[in-house]
Amino acid sequence: MLLLHVVLAIALYWLVLGSIGLVIRIERRALARLLFPLGALGGLALAVVAYPALSGEPQSLVLPLGLPDLPFHLRLDPLAAFFLLLLGAASAGVSLFSAGYFEKGGGDDIRLICLQYHVFLAAMLMVLVADDAYLFMVAWESMALASYFLVTTDHRVPEIRRAGLLYLIVAHVGAMAILLGYGVLQLGQWNYTFDAMRANTLAPTWAAVAFALALFGFGAKAGFLPVHIWLPEAHPAAPSPISALMSGVMLKTAIYGLLRVTFDLLHQQMWWWGVVALIVGLTTAFVGVAFAAVQTDMKRLLAWSSIENIGIILTAIGLAILFHAFQMNLLAALALAAALFHSLNHALFKTLLFLATGSVMHVTHQRSLGKLGGLIRRMPWVAGLALVGTLAIAGLPPLNGFASEWMLFQAFLLSPGLPNSYLNMFVPVATAALALVVALAGYVMVKFYGIVFLGQPREEFADAHDAGPAERAGLLWLALWCVILGVAPTFVVITLDPISHMLVGATLQESLQQSSWAFLTAIAPERASYSPLIFLVVIVGVVLATFLLVRRFYHGRMRRSPPWDCGFPAQTARMQDSAEGFGQPIKQIFEPFFKIERHHPSPFDEQPQYSSKIEDRLWYWLYLPIVRFSERLSSFVGVLHHGRISLYLAYSFITLLLLLLLVR
Amino acid sequence: MNWGYFASQLFQSLLAVLLAPLMLGWVNQCRAWLQNRTGPGLLQPYRVLFKLFHKDAVLAYNASWLFRLAPYVVFSCMVLAASVVPLVATDLPFSLAADVIALVGLFALARVFMALAAMDVGTAFGSLGARREMLIASLAEPALLMVFFTPALISQSTALTTIVEQLAHRELHLYPSMAFAGVAFVMVLLAENARIPVDNPTTHLELTMVHEALILEYSARHLALMDWAHALKLMTYGAIGIALFLPWGIAEAGNWAMMPLSVLALLVKLAAGGAGLAVLEMVSAKMRIFRVPEFLGVAFMLAVLGMLIHFLLEV
Amino acid sequence: MNISFAHQMINLMAALLLLIAFAMLSQRRILRLIHLFAAQGLVLSLNTAIVAATIGQPELYRSALLTLFIKVLLLPWLLRRLIDRLNIRWDVETLVNIPTTMLVGIVLVIISFNLALPISQLAGTITRSTLGIAMASVLISFLMMITRRKAVPQVIGFLAMENGLFFAATSTTYGMPMVVELGIALDVLVGTFIFGIFFFQIRETFDSLDIHHLEKLKDRE
Repeated sequence: MLLLHVVLAIALYWLVLGSIGLVIRIERRALARLLFPLGALGGLALAVVAYPALSGEPQSLVLPLGLPDLPFHLRLDPLAAFFLLLLGAASAGVSLFSAGYFEKGGGDDIRLICLQYHVFLAAMLMVLVADDAYLFMVAWESMALASYFLVTTDHRVPEIRRAGLLYLIVAHVGAMAILLGYGVLQLGQWNYTFDAMRANTLAPTWAAVAFALALFGFGAKAGFLPVHIWLPEAHPAAPSPISALMSGVMLKTAIYGLLRVTFDLLHQQMWWWGVVALIVGLTTAFVGVAFAAVQTDMKRLLAWSSIENIGIILTAIGLAILFHAFQMNLLAALALAAALFHSLNHALFKTLLFLATGSVMHVTHQRSLGKLGGLIRRMPWVAGLALVGTLAIAGLPPLNGFASEWMLFQAFLLSPGLPNSYLNMFVPVATAALALVVALAGYVMVKFYGIVFLGQPREEFADAHDAGPAERAGLLWLALWCVILGVAPTFVVITLDPISHMLVGATLQESLQQSSWAFLTAIAPERASYSPLIFLVVIVGVVLATFLLVRRFYHGRMRRSPPWDCGFPAQTARMQDSAEGFGQPIKQIFEPFFKIERHHPSPFDEQPQYSSKIEDRLWYWLYLPIVRFSERLSSFVGVLHHGRISLYLAYSFITLLLLLLLVR
Repeated sequence: MNWGYFASQLFQSLLAVLLAPLMLGWVNQCRAWLQNRTGPGLLQPYRVLFKLFHKDAVLAYNASWLFRLAPYVVFSCMVLAASVVPLVATDLPFSLAADVIALVGLFALARVFMALAAMDVGTAFGSLGARREMLIASLAEPALLMVFFTPALISQSTALTTIVEQLAHRELHLYPSMAFAGVAFVMVLLAENARIPVDNPTTHLELTMVHEALILEYSARHLALMDWAHALKLMTYGAIGIALFLPWGIAEAGNWAMMPLSVLALLVKLAAGGAGLAVLEMVSAKMRIFRVPEFLGVAFMLAVLGMLIHFLLEV
Repeated sequence: MNISFAHQMINLMAALLLLIAFAMLSQRRILRLIHLFAAQGLVLSLNTAIVAATIGQPELYRSALLTLFIKVLLLPWLLRRLIDRLNIRWDVETLVNIPTTMLVGIVLVIISFNLALPISQLAGTITRSTLGIAMASVLISFLMMITRRKAVPQVIGFLAMENGLFFAATSTTYGMPMVVELGIALDVLVGTFIFGIFFFQIRETFDSLDIHHLEKLKDRE
């Protein structure tokens, strides 16, 4: 039995799990406690099955479903296997968490949520193993629809309905672009299987058109600028486990699609595609992090941070395209490995953070940063595991976020010299932009963790308690992998080698084998090496040694008192920084990027109030004009609608006459 | 890997840890002389540390485990950084553990812990300090990375050991891009180590504090560790500057014969650097906090320009 | 001095010229601008002297001395006197903020180097790779003229442009004929005098040296 059969069985298993709730009558707690952990088991099985498939031969399968002349083609090759591993590992953690989360809240009809959740997972799986355009689009649409229903779980709230509608519209615009892209790729041969597309060689113009359509279409799902507009609305609107899955896994299926089309179906890329991808990626990353720094809602902050990380992944992909176009395959492999590694890391730490916000919201029913604070004492487990996630996403050693960013910097720096001198000088500027984004991400995450978990509580929460065992298990699973992948990144990079070999024709194995597994190197150890294991061991060792030495030679006495605070006697929780206050320096420095509406109090107000609202300029520059234009178009066409039956009958009569006259 | 290597590593780490307060004392003494004061003496920081370790630690009621853990983590990050930078010898075992990018990440780790610990107690000054420190960091860290990338491009490697070897053992070659990188490095050093003109390390006025506001709530051994880490950071930055711009005199690891000479060279260079720092602090005034992004933006652009000049003139 | 050491020194001078041009972009105080301009003149005369020593053309020594006298001593002294009498030592405001201007400056450096690439491949002098830098400093001084609000920094930008052109001439063609050089020097001197006169007129009419007030001279609203 092929591994692909097992993968399909897991998809079927998820669908069955989802439908159980509709068929059998179970009460809410039992359903949550039983079905979601079983779903987690499916995710774990998927990860276990996908791992050997990473280094194996591609497997294909044809199912007798689908269209008469286009049955479902399926294929499990290293690229698909990697993203299946990502899906399995991340969804295992999320499903475990959901067992505890949906037990008590998070939505009215748990059976529907369970169905939609597992259909969502199964659809993502099918997207990853699809080998022809039809199955791909069917699975893509199912994924979009399932996630739409999940986003609008709380459909009684108008903002959530609006967010869902925006999400649906942008998803379909993207899907149309993807479909058109596949249409270009099949070159008029009416054979929509990926194998046929691989065999085609397109003229440069058509290849560029296909790439542009793929970039736009997959970008609409991944959240590239300027089609990112749905992300900050939809991800906060969904329940937290769903936000986690969407940010962590669904965005990566779009990355998978882009990689599949660019590297696998289009054999030869042009260098300027790489430049376009680099520019879009860096702009996306920068706008993402700048907006994240000024948010006042914790889930919107994380959503914008997802946009930033997707921008970083696209930057790495753009670099890989650039190097591959100039035949520098080893560097292309390095950049591609950085992109894939960062996708996996983001799936882990972003899901971890979203799930932590889920626990916080469960207990406090607050999303706004201005009403949270001091939760480290009430929720120690969640705070501790969220700290791991925060350090990972801020790109700090020795965790996994730093390892992938390190590899990306190495790919930028070790470029020996591109043939085009403009490009050569573009590389330092791009590196500088990436460094700025990474540094600002640290700012954003200190804001997030500090305001939610540290300090004094800005509002009192009567029943703040820590998360339940299922929630803790899910968070722990994800945090553990963040640490493991951070301390042993060489294993990950070696695992990614078959993918690099398949897509760009070079592997990093030789450069990694020159030093032991504890050291991550790029090209050669003398050129660059980093050992997260030594970091971890030395830091932990010195902490313990210092602690013991200080206790031994001096003492460990301690007493408690009110905080010093420079001697100010009255200390209230409102004196800490609010979310707006913490983000104010970034707002001031990067003011041209935001659209800020301020309401100042006048000197005559009895109760002065200050409010400021920050919005995305693209909404006003790009989207509203498009909406107005389409409304005008519709109103022109609306002239035909009079409501009089005789007119409609006359339309049919005229059409019939015309047809009779024309088709003689 | 023979024992000579490990012994050199241990020697370097201990030397750095023990010497760091002396460097801070030297800078303060130079400032005192320039201001026509007598000054507290070179060993004053040691006396302060001694006094602080003996005191009882006083913690706020709502300080959490993060607050108590942070000084230890910050101190150990700085010890690791001092072990990685080639102070007296290249090719030490830990020098392969971190290249310049990982070094910047290590400083970032220490800084994030300090900022989180400052926000932990929940006072206005803690969050003020955290916000300002992260702002300065988000602009200084890219500038520092760019400063590192110029010698990395010249020596085709990001490992500090290789950079030192390439720059020290080549024939004397004037690199204009290093001139740009040098100016930018000095600006970043001033910003990251909380020196004038970015931050006043001896201020007692709350609204002018950045680094002081971060450690405001600490006392006794925690404060001692934070101060020690601060001194270690200054010394490490000095050592990085020496490794990049004045790399002659650093021994090979295991070469114990050269070791006294390299220690002497290190002391002389650090003394000169410390005196220079004192002079810089004397002739500048502290900037408004919102001029600091401009200052760091200039450093960032200079560093990027240095990289560009490398491509223009030296390739 | 041997060729490669001279080559390195000239590259260093070119880099210093660019550094000073960027420093002028980011400088707020007018007095420091004048000092930077004097430093730029010093770098120029040093560079001319080095080129003269390397290729053995004694005429360039005279050119270096002339540059030293006019650009390091005379012009800064004139400008000092000007701003003393106009009493304007305040912070210079810019139309666009400083990091953005520096970013535009970097883009200009990239563009000018790529423009200069074919020309510098044709030139046979030892200093040809510095043509791009010279062009860049001309463009950056032009940028400085555009983004300043008060009138005196605009003059300094104009003078710095001339410095860049002089550097370009030295680097590609080993200097200009003495006649041309004297003529340019005289033009610059006369120009500075005329600027000074205009500043007094502007200040008398508008009570300020902010060039925005010149927009009031428009015909219609």
